[in-house]
Amino acid sequence: MADNSAQNRAEHWRKTRNLTILILVLWAIFGIIIPYNADVLNSMSFLGFPLGYWFCVQGSLIAFVLMIWFQNWRQDTIDDEHGVSE
Amino acid sequence: MEGGFTKNLGKVYGLYTIGFLVFFALMALLERMGASPETIGIGFLLFTIGIYALIGWLSRTAEVDAYYVAGREVPAVYNGMATAADWMSGASFVALAGGVYFGGYPYLGFIVGWTGGYVLVNSLMAPYLRKFGCYTVPDFIGTRYGGNLARLCAVIVLVVASFTYVTAQINATGTIAARTLGVPFEVGVYLGLLGIFICSMLGGMRGVTWTQVAQYIVLIIAYLLPLIWMSNKLGYGIIPHFSYGEGVQRIAELEAQYGLAPAAENVAGVRVLTTPQNSPAGGGWGMVTLAIAMMTGTASLPHILMRYFTTPSVRAARKSVAWSLFFILMLYLSAPALATLTKVNLLDPNLPTSVIGKTIEEVTNIEWVQRWSEVGMLAVADQSGDGIVQLNEFFMRPDIVVLATPEIAGLPYVISGLVAAGGLAAAMSTADGLLLAIANALSHDLYYSIIDPKADTRKRLIVARVLLIFIGLAAAFIASLKLTGILGAVAWAFCFANSGLFFPLVLGVWWKRANAAGAVAGMVVGFGVGAWYLYQVFAGGMEPWMGIDHLRFGIIGMPASLIAMIVVSLLTPAPSQEIQDMVDEVRIPTGKTILGSH
Repeated sequence: MADNSAQNRAEHWRKTRNLTILILVLWAIFGIIIPYNADVLNSMSFLGFPLGYWFCVQGSLIAFVLMIWFQNWRQDTIDDEHGVSE
Repeated sequence: MEGGFTKNLGKVYGLYTIGFLVFFALMALLERMGASPETIGIGFLLFTIGIYALIGWLSRTAEVDAYYVAGREVPAVYNGMATAADWMSGASFVALAGGVYFGGYPYLGFIVGWTGGYVLVNSLMAPYLRKFGCYTVPDFIGTRYGGNLARLCAVIVLVVASFTYVTAQINATGTIAARTLGVPFEVGVYLGLLGIFICSMLGGMRGVTWTQVAQYIVLIIAYLLPLIWMSNKLGYGIIPHFSYGEGVQRIAELEAQYGLAPAAENVAGVRVLTTPQNSPAGGGWGMVTLAIAMMTGTASLPHILMRYFTTPSVRAARKSVAWSLFFILMLYLSAPALATLTKVNLLDPNLPTSVIGKTIEEVTNIEWVQRWSEVGMLAVADQSGDGIVQLNEFFMRPDIVVLATPEIAGLPYVISGLVAAGGLAAAMSTADGLLLAIANALSHDLYYSIIDPKADTRKRLIVARVLLIFIGLAAAFIASLKLTGILGAVAWAFCFANSGLFFPLVLGVWWKRANAAGAVAGMVVGFGVGAWYLYQVFAGGMEPWMGIDHLRFGIIGMPASLIAMIVVSLLTPAPSQEIQDMVDEVRIPTGKTILGSH
């Protein structure tokens, strides 16, 4: 059902864009805000690590992979819904 | 035959991995039987380079598609592995753990930055560039914005960034080859280059892809095996990743006990530990600016972006970004663990491996201390005159932390040989990718697209190969001059790339109104301002603005690029309807690639 209408494409791009913005917000939280505030988080402890340190060496990294898997799964669904997947 | 190969990848690389482990066991046996460290080191180097050369020769090709984009038939998982090897350079393998060891919390910016960048690659770049169907990154800039000027600017930024990066990698291959084979550094550099040529010359992107997969397997085994061995020896469990928090806390106690005083007298080329393992107080700004510079740099470096041109589809390109990051994490989750355990080994007086608090005589008699001191990468000096090694009397070059760890932890020499092979694999695979990115941009974008559009396939590939040789030789020459350290040169490459290319690439997809004049302004101003700032801070004696030092000058270059691009785009006419339609077409995965198969 390749619907090639401009409206379908615009809708597809709107959803893609919103998903991308969501991912970029998460990226900023795990890549910038949490590492910046490691000091505050270090007063807590996780798996024997100071929490802020843990995020910089493991937590944020794992979050990045999960974000990419999630984004790809959502994007595939969006592409399928609009009939523009390969 | 080729179809047969891509269908049997699992079997081929499975056998290869088993073969490598058998070889490792054989070397361990040889060591037991009394073979010298030199024999083992040479054995590892020759065996691995021999395998890479064989793969390079088997992948030789005379087709343009195979040479530039590996025929666009690399499955996502294997492209992920190849990207991981392409990505993890001498800097990640050799220098990162040492940086974290000596630099503490602010250096964790490299770890967050070099992984978080893949979120940007996946959201903003890879799927769209794959849909475009280009051979090189300047190909995208040239076609999206139209005009040879934009293409030429992109080629220049690409060449400067990649060339800065590749000299660091050849430097690393030279260091390892020199130490293991016992030849002078300058000779080691050219030997390393020879290995790199064998992998990339005949097969282009196809040869590089399949050797990079093989190199990833070697480098990840070489990184994890000593770490796991050391962890078990220290009682941190089989997998140290979840338990080394205790080590972090133990180091904090020891730091308080010893004090982190600077050395009474500096020794050239080596340094003492003065930065605490984890003290974020006031360091947040330094940490995040470094992370941001590395993340955006990741998303702008052509040798990484072009790896996603090799997948069969847009969906596979996205999937392969996820796999790339997964394979990269195997090493990045381990680097801080390695730095922590090595530091515990050296500092904790309760362990037999410690050096701090022992007598000078005892320490200078340790075999690995002697070996590394001889080459000037380690020094012990009793500056206080009390006959005891204090923390600020033990000097080390950060780059050797990973290479020396097996000896520090008292592991057999065969592990050191393995680590050398891993470091060589990491540096070679990145150098392959970078040299190919440069040679391809010059042959495809400068020669074929701008100078001689009528050149036939054979001529184009000959030009590409000849350029590869000259660029490689030039890079080896620069590397043999030893101008910069590994981590410094790599950080510069990232900043050149993000200053010049990040916004022109992103806005090419995400802002239809961006036009050729804007893109050229973005590249010229971003790159120019970044380079100017680097020069001023590094050589001109200027006080860095807000603590933005030469390692993160992209933080200055990027906003300049963004502003110039937006202002100039808005002041000049919107791009043609044809180009705007092209952008629409890039945004959906379905349909033909923009460039077709030319």
